[in-house]
Amino acid sequence: MTLLCSRWIVLVGLFLLALDRCVVLAATRDVPVIAAAPTWESGRPGRGGKSITDTGIEWPSREKVWRTFTLQDYNTRIVFSGVTALGAAGGLVGTFLLLRKRSLLSDTVSHCTLPGIAIAFLVAEAFGNSGRSLPLLLGGAAVSGVLGMIAVAAIRANTRVKDDAALAIVLSVFFGLGIALLVVIQQLPTGNAAGLSHYIYGKAAAMTAGDARLILYSSLGLSLICAALFKEFKLLCFDSDFARTQGWPTFALDLTLMALVVAVTVIGLQAVGLLLVVAMLIIPAAAARFWSHQLGVTLVVATGVGALSGLGGVVASALFPKLPAGAVIVLAAVICFAVSFVFGTQRGLLVRWLEQRHVAAQVARQHLLRAVYEWSEHRGRSLDRDPTLLLDGSVQIAELCALNDWSSKRVARLLKLGVAEGLISWDRLNARCQLSAHGKLEARRVTRNHRLWETYLLHYADVAPQHIHHNADQIEHVIEPNVVNELEELLAGREGAALVPADPEQSGRNPGGTLA
Amino acid sequence: MPAIDLAPAPLPLAVRDLNVAYQTKVVVWDADFDAPPGKLVAIVGPNGAGKSTLLKAALGLIPIASGSIRFFGLPYAKTRHRVAYVPQRESVDWDFPVSAADVVAMGLYRRLGWCMPVRQRHKERARAALSQVGLGDYADRQISQLSGGQQQRVFLARALAQEADLYLMDEPFASVDAATERAIVEVLRELRAQGKSVVCVHHDLATVPEYFDHVALLNMRVVAQGPVSTVFTPENLRKTYGARLTLLEEAAQAVERARVSAQHRL
Repeated sequence: MTLLCSRWIVLVGLFLLALDRCVVLAATRDVPVIAAAPTWESGRPGRGGKSITDTGIEWPSREKVWRTFTLQDYNTRIVFSGVTALGAAGGLVGTFLLLRKRSLLSDTVSHCTLPGIAIAFLVAEAFGNSGRSLPLLLGGAAVSGVLGMIAVAAIRANTRVKDDAALAIVLSVFFGLGIALLVVIQQLPTGNAAGLSHYIYGKAAAMTAGDARLILYSSLGLSLICAALFKEFKLLCFDSDFARTQGWPTFALDLTLMALVVAVTVIGLQAVGLLLVVAMLIIPAAAARFWSHQLGVTLVVATGVGALSGLGGVVASALFPKLPAGAVIVLAAVICFAVSFVFGTQRGLLVRWLEQRHVAAQVARQHLLRAVYEWSEHRGRSLDRDPTLLLDGSVQIAELCALNDWSSKRVARLLKLGVAEGLISWDRLNARCQLSAHGKLEARRVTRNHRLWETYLLHYADVAPQHIHHNADQIEHVIEPNVVNELEELLAGREGAALVPADPEQSGRNPGGTLA
Repeated sequence: MPAIDLAPAPLPLAVRDLNVAYQTKVVVWDADFDAPPGKLVAIVGPNGAGKSTLLKAALGLIPIASGSIRFFGLPYAKTRHRVAYVPQRESVDWDFPVSAADVVAMGLYRRLGWCMPVRQRHKERARAALSQVGLGDYADRQISQLSGGQQQRVFLARALAQEADLYLMDEPFASVDAATERAIVEVLRELRAQGKSVVCVHHDLATVPEYFDHVALLNMRVVAQGPVSTVFTPENLRKTYGARLTLLEEAAQAVERARVSAQHRL
């Protein structure tokens, strides 16, 4: 499995490489065109002289929709590659983070990057360079993100402050510091600081081909690390104490995982902003848990969901330039989550509801069959008839009700179910019903199973009840035959006990066999 | 003339003067504990007596205040491959996206080394270990779909896959069903037959004489340790548990039963 999973992560890498081709194509073919329109936002409101209060939706033309979906615009292509790669990397790393139960740490880390960005800007300006260089700002962000993480770890280790409180303290202190520094920067005479606030809310549109490349290659590197350390991360996330007793350096592995988180956070700052980048880590991973119980598959699904959210966000914000790309990406991820939550195959709402309904129907079916059997048994004994012919007569529904204390409504519901399954025929005029051949066989099987389970529970009280799916399984499939024989003897020996019908699977070939 | 090694083989586990404290609260106090080779050893004692702490401290999961711990005469870092640990079932989140066979394969990760994937033969080894604990048909089940007892057996299978010489188990019988208890006891006896040593933290006094050869009575310090027949006495139990009569009566009955069955065997 692991080999396969690592291969799947390699697939993720190939996908990222394909995205890279996309950027390369964009850069070679469309360069002359973009010289005139260096940024994606040329069509944004505000430039066209529209007022801020204009809230009407501008529906895109059909041509624009076509161009967007076929990625014909240079800028759309760049942003698409960058954001999709970010989504994929976020899904991959986020799955491990989620399983390590450190989701909130990523939120703290992302908030902690702000002072780093501001200080990197200030340092660059002080040395006379432009403070807008992306690698420099991201480097600053990474350093302060790591510092924030160390602060959390230090508070946790050395004080009695609990985990959540430590996260909240570090988050707010670093973010507050960052905001204060931003205000300072805005008052500087250089007047070059306006772009920094984009790192808070994100501005995918400002992405250049170089930025997209940076994200792509980082994502590629991250997925390679995840592929190489797949087994180690799996062990760390599942049972870190055991990993330690086995001599794995869990602390170093934790650090590596957190470094990956910082890396995703930092490359996501520009596209979705530090307030929302946590969503790129956690939401795809959480959505993927609804689709698989295998770590490898979960990882690939999370990567896919992340990429899809990136794609959805980019397309939506290309078509509706008024919408902020970062927020739209997160909303797209939330839609993926909602769809997974409802339709997910492993524990989705729909699947759970269907399972519940199935169980309810099974129980109802058994109630009906057993009731008919018991009624016939009752009748058969009082009339002293041949027990083999027990189930042949038709059943008076009123008596069935009385015997089981059922309302007529309930009986009608059960009978409908039985008729639908071909177990029973229902004569509404005379208020009688009659088991079909299949129904007779089933009635015997169900009753026998029920009585044997009942006895089993009575005599083997030390068995954990969760072992017994007495609704679903035939007793022979769960319990050894010698125990079943013993139970049959026990039942037969009980004074005045109800008889155990013979196993229909054995007596089925011999329809005249006795029931006792 | 070749030198004759008169020194006995080192004990699988030898703990001397072990002190463990959480902050200022002492949990294990000057504990000496020996696990003899080829024996099933129970560590029993009241709640909070430091039973699990003793194991965890021996494995380096908890920092120790003082003392020496030797596995086969060596520090743990050098003998990890000969020691397998079965943690308490509650120590992990069973809602984790892995199958039973995946968990068992984790016992082989160390042997695989860094970055190497699990291969077919490792999967087969994991399946064999699962069959040993009676879960051969459950290898591909997601672990959350297993019952508590089955989960406990998965942990046991992970330890078996390690093919160690000493097994340290933290409450393997805690809240398991009868089938699991039987399966675990069977595995323990197999291990003993192979000459391996097992140390179990155990909570059920009544089953001590039936399941184990040696017993260590622990209540912060080791009250007594040695063969069950000599150490597991009402007197020692009173020293360990205080005068809680119901417990003592149960234990006395168990001792009596064990004595009678031993006589029958003779």
